[in-house]
Amino acid sequence: MIKVEGLTKRYGRTTAVDNISFTVEKGQIVGFLGPNGAGKTTTMRVLTCFLPPTSGRVSVAGFDVLDEPLEVKKRVGYLPESPPLYPEMRVSDYLTFVARLKGVPKDEVPRRLMEACEKCAIANVRDRIIGQLSKGYRQRVGLAQAVIHNPDVLILDEPTTGLDPKQIIETRQLVRNLAGDHTVIMSTHILPAVEQTCQQVIVIDKGKVVANDSVLNLTRRARGVEAVAVEVASRDGALDPAVVQRRIEQVPGVSRVQLMDSDGNLCRLEVEGLAGRLIGDDVARAVLDAGWRLQELRPVSLSLEQMFLELTAATQEAATEAAAK
Amino acid sequence: MKNIWLICRKDLTSYFTTWIAYSLLTRTAIVLGFFFYSAVAIFVTRSMQASMMGGGMPMDVNEWVIRPLLMNLAVISLFLIPLIGMRLFAEEKNSGTIELLLTSPARDIEIVLGKWLGGLLFYCCFLAIAALSLGFLFFYGKPDLQPVLLGFLGLLLQGGALIALCTFLSSLTRNQIIAADAGFTVCLLLWVLDWVSAYETAAWAKVLSYISLSSHFEQFVKGVADSRDVVYYLGMIFLWLFLTTRTLESVRWRS
Repeated sequence: MIKVEGLTKRYGRTTAVDNISFTVEKGQIVGFLGPNGAGKTTTMRVLTCFLPPTSGRVSVAGFDVLDEPLEVKKRVGYLPESPPLYPEMRVSDYLTFVARLKGVPKDEVPRRLMEACEKCAIANVRDRIIGQLSKGYRQRVGLAQAVIHNPDVLILDEPTTGLDPKQIIETRQLVRNLAGDHTVIMSTHILPAVEQTCQQVIVIDKGKVVANDSVLNLTRRARGVEAVAVEVASRDGALDPAVVQRRIEQVPGVSRVQLMDSDGNLCRLEVEGLAGRLIGDDVARAVLDAGWRLQELRPVSLSLEQMFLELTAATQEAATEAAAK
Repeated sequence: MKNIWLICRKDLTSYFTTWIAYSLLTRTAIVLGFFFYSAVAIFVTRSMQASMMGGGMPMDVNEWVIRPLLMNLAVISLFLIPLIGMRLFAEEKNSGTIELLLTSPARDIEIVLGKWLGGLLFYCCFLAIAALSLGFLFFYGKPDLQPVLLGFLGLLLQGGALIALCTFLSSLTRNQIIAADAGFTVCLLLWVLDWVSAYETAAWAKVLSYISLSSHFEQFVKGVADSRDVVYYLGMIFLWLFLTTRTLESVRWRS
């Protein structure tokens, strides 16, 4: 549905987006992740034909953004970072204006208006003046504006900024409901939102794609080895954490044991295995054989947050290395 | 075509929903009313004096009231139009709604024409108020209609040209005050530019005099305007709207 090949965008001397490529299949929800100034908004603006690419080919819904921008614009719904609202207009007037501008035929407008209002839960403020709405409602009117012409592709730039936790959950739910009919690209800082809504994640940093994979693969890949958290307790009396650590270090396949916390007869450790070794069973056996109680044993998966930091730190290191050379 | 009308209607209504319209129209109506009352009062006093002295020819309403009033209207509009035009693009750029327009399936030229037309239609509200005052003259007297119509045609053309200019200035900045300020300056300069012809006869002075608005507008007021004057105004409209479209395009390339 979206195909980006070697996209580069320069503003004067600064390169905002540097030779990035990715594709998005129909019906997917794609999270666009990256620190501030990474080039997320620029990429989205290119996809919506707001900015032309400096070089590279970008096609949306089968149309090139440079050759047939009008066809692309007809098929894209776009919610910019600050929703493009006219504060003096009424919600229904505004949405009617946008619908007509996006090419919805006149007699279809009332139906689309109703659908969009329902989808975005703004039916109760239809006759209110936009400037008097709360921030959450304004954001949702912005979302309604993006979906009113039933576009193939939805591009949402930070759709959850400035919303309270309840509204964030609602918006996330909304985006999930929109998928299927629509292909969605959304940029965000909020990582749980990505974990819960997106199937594919594209991480960009300093204008480059540093990762493009499913959420599951990304968290798995980020570490590459199995890690488990273990909580051990003694059956009677005090427990020496050093002894426990030494005992587990002797388990075959274990590469590193880190003591996280200890408290009298209880200690928590994080155990990492060698690449490709499953160590959970062996660790458990070792603990039981030593006569201790195994309170807890669970696999540690790297959170998207850690992964994000690791990925962006890696590009930073590479950049400093390159600079040193 | 549909997009032009959509944008035009949106901009025209927003003058009224934001109360800009009432503020501007009230102000101009007050100023206009004073001008009109004074012009008529002066005319009445003079013609009374003339008839008491037993002067032969009755005074001409067209010459004494309508002609100066039309000139006044043109000057008032110099102060009105920058205020009409300043928001057209600057406001959209400042609030970010320009992203909505530029990512909609509308051509740049449609957006520009829609906005210009919206401003022009609002300007027509001002002309309607002016026409109302002049209507009184026809109610109580028998002035010549043709110079009045020609004068209003001149006002409309001049309004179109200046609104196109202010649309252009508005597209250069995201600050409405800067847009209005630049508008005032250029409108005023364009109006007085033909003063140079009073003290200079070189070719450049002739050019400046041709560029000046007042030299063309006077032709309409005098009732002797021809196609050259119309071409001047249409050329101005075309030039400024063309430049606006190019600016809009360059916004995409630079921003």
